[in-house]
Amino acid sequence: MVDATPRAERDIPPAEVPELELYHPKSWWTTYVFSQDAKVIAIQYSGTAVAIGLVALVLSWLMRLQLGFPGTFDFITPEAYYQFITMHGMIMVIYLLTALFLGGFGNYLIPLMVGARDMVFPYVNMLSFWIYLLAVLVLAASFFAPGGPTGAGWTLYPPQAILGGTPGGQDWGIILMLVSLILFIIGFTMGGLNYAVTVIQGRTRGMTLMRMPLTVWGIFTATVMALLAFPALFVACVMMLFDRVLGTSFFMPALVEMGEQLSYGGGSPILFQHLFWFFGHPEVYIVALPAFGIVSDLISTHARKNIFGYRMMVWAIVIIGALSFIVWAHHMYVSGMHPWFGFFFATTTLIIAVPTAIKVYNWVLTLWRGDIHLTVPMLFALAFIVTFVNGGLTGLFLGNVVVDVPLSDTMFVVAHFHMVMGVAPIMVIFGAIYHWYPKITGRMLEDWMGQFHFWVTFVGSYAIFFPMHYVGLVGVPRRYPEIGEAAFMTAPVDNLNAFISVAALIVGFAQMVFLFNLVWSLRFGKEAGPNPWRATSLEWQTPTTPPPHGNWGDERPVVYRWAYDYSVPGAPEDFIPQNDPWPEKVAARPA
Amino acid sequence: MAETSLNGFGAQPTRPNGMRGVVADWASDQRAFKSASWGKSMMWIFLLSDTFIFGCFLLAYMTARMSTTVPWPDASSVFALHIGGADMPLILIAIMTFVLISSSGTMAMAVNFAYRRNRRMTVILLLLTALMGATFVGMQAFEWTKLITEGVRPWGNPWGAPQFGATFFMITGFHGTHVTFGVIFLLIVARKVWRGDYDRGTRGFFTSRPGDYEHVETMGLYWHFVDLVWVFIFAFFYLW
Repeated sequence: MVDATPRAERDIPPAEVPELELYHPKSWWTTYVFSQDAKVIAIQYSGTAVAIGLVALVLSWLMRLQLGFPGTFDFITPEAYYQFITMHGMIMVIYLLTALFLGGFGNYLIPLMVGARDMVFPYVNMLSFWIYLLAVLVLAASFFAPGGPTGAGWTLYPPQAILGGTPGGQDWGIILMLVSLILFIIGFTMGGLNYAVTVIQGRTRGMTLMRMPLTVWGIFTATVMALLAFPALFVACVMMLFDRVLGTSFFMPALVEMGEQLSYGGGSPILFQHLFWFFGHPEVYIVALPAFGIVSDLISTHARKNIFGYRMMVWAIVIIGALSFIVWAHHMYVSGMHPWFGFFFATTTLIIAVPTAIKVYNWVLTLWRGDIHLTVPMLFALAFIVTFVNGGLTGLFLGNVVVDVPLSDTMFVVAHFHMVMGVAPIMVIFGAIYHWYPKITGRMLEDWMGQFHFWVTFVGSYAIFFPMHYVGLVGVPRRYPEIGEAAFMTAPVDNLNAFISVAALIVGFAQMVFLFNLVWSLRFGKEAGPNPWRATSLEWQTPTTPPPHGNWGDERPVVYRWAYDYSVPGAPEDFIPQNDPWPEKVAARPA
Repeated sequence: MAETSLNGFGAQPTRPNGMRGVVADWASDQRAFKSASWGKSMMWIFLLSDTFIFGCFLLAYMTARMSTTVPWPDASSVFALHIGGADMPLILIAIMTFVLISSSGTMAMAVNFAYRRNRRMTVILLLLTALMGATFVGMQAFEWTKLITEGVRPWGNPWGAPQFGATFFMITGFHGTHVTFGVIFLLIVARKVWRGDYDRGTRGFFTSRPGDYEHVETMGLYWHFVDLVWVFIFAFFYLW
């Protein structure tokens, strides 16, 4: 009889790369502040992102106060309102979501999940964070600059973005915004190269690409996309900065302002839109793909079932990533482009629904007859699926040219993108924090606070964004601080606006409970042990919790299987860790 | 690829050839690119990202040039030098391009000598590459000075569309910055080769990673990329 027991020395190829000695910090400063450990950098990234995100949260309250109760708050002038929406959007999309998913979760999870000791270039990784911090500080500085931050809208469309009529246009606001974005892109590139190379070249023995957890696949694909999409934003920012500072006319046509001919002429505002959305649309998926990956792992772990259709899930992530580069002009249907152009981009946009639908079906089929544990991370994961389907369906409306044109620039669009790339990814971020907090700190987050946080956030965000669809459908435009007298501003619409604002305030305050929970549980949370969720992936198999510098002690783990061996018949437990050479299963799983 | 195995990151000897080899590599554990070290992989991916930056710059330039309503200045007269009583179109840019492309040749030879552990020749060729890079930047400064004295500004010029000066200074400036950084790093690498840092595996001051002759090749990847980008800038600005 053939001995089928897998053995590392026989079945797994030997190590190809000699281990590089890690930098050993000698002082408190190099251990906790200027740290080259990806885990510390991850926490620094996350802390900074959450801090600036809180600013954006407060800005959203101020906006909702104005929209819900127009005329009540004197200090919210139209200029201030424009500044609020601009900074809220820019901070949430780039400085919070992108930084938290890639800089935060990417740094923490990639090395642990692929069995690496750290990122491949820890020093460059550290620089990445410090440049990101600088970008955030420059951004925050614009609140205190003369004239305040820019009020150009988060899309920064020229020519208005650099003209005097827009807040910050002829002051420091737009300059600081552009400089901050350029810094962010430089910093992100340093980190992103690390994440990509670590996944491609830094995996442990036995960790093939098709054994990686979907979290790593999502973050990796998003990183590659970001490395190819941010250049367009970089170029757009440099050119607009020159338009503003040097007086070039890249994006500036001949203009008359206040009866006076400006010195600009011959530039193309549409060129900016193309560059911006060549970045901007992939950006949506840069935020969504890590969420897709993480939610797959949450659902599989908490339903005690292998993910349904792992290979399809991987290919769907890759195909969504590729397709997202050829759909950008669906943000520009009303820019006056050629109708054939719109036809092409509507088609590619709707094709993206296919791999996306595959993913949703696979999540649901993973739940099918699973042993579902309604833990807090699972609740957030389920909320994500529902919210993502809702937001995705309205995307089908907006992706079609004839439906989009009347809906363009209404609150319907605001409701759509908040559902699909605001609420949905944030649900995953919360779920992921509840899921991995025990690994990061060694303690569980307090459950009743988590339940409270979940239900208020979930119900509350529907209270905010469901009515907003209706408000948009009747014709309320976005970006207006006050509508005044209009046929569609009926009593129901006014009441809904007030209702949305109250809901937004309540949801906002529920986040304070979450933040309190983070701090409280650090000291008083229940001891978690190394693997409280009984999960299979490598980060739960570290020798100590929290994982030490270098992650693995003397030997890196050897991987024998994929990350989804839950409830395997005949196994001693209902999960088999990836580094467990338990027999019989090796041949049955995807290589 | 005897050279690449010298760095300790070499490929395993028994691998299938052709497409089957590619599939086998991507299906394997640990690494997808079996003969590339971390540093080389990272440089390749960075260059891919940088390609998108230059691509966006050049596309923006083409858009500006095609959509402007004012005539575009005539390249062959704008970029001509008056030498010995005759206007010689594109003479300066021809010399600049020749120098930069030649520096790619000396860079490639430096990489070869580095893997042969010939420190003396490596240093000479690296310094020669840096010298030609610096010469290129110097001639570019001369060209900028000439254009500026003739009245070309980012916001306008005497001959036509104002976007001419804007795109020209922006794109050649961005490329010149790349060359300048390349020269600085060439000098750093040359110094390390000269001191024998790569023989002893001396640790980097910032990164505390051991030095390796492979750094010369990684440096070379960047340098060849900068040269290749120049070919496109040359074609789109001077020959169009």
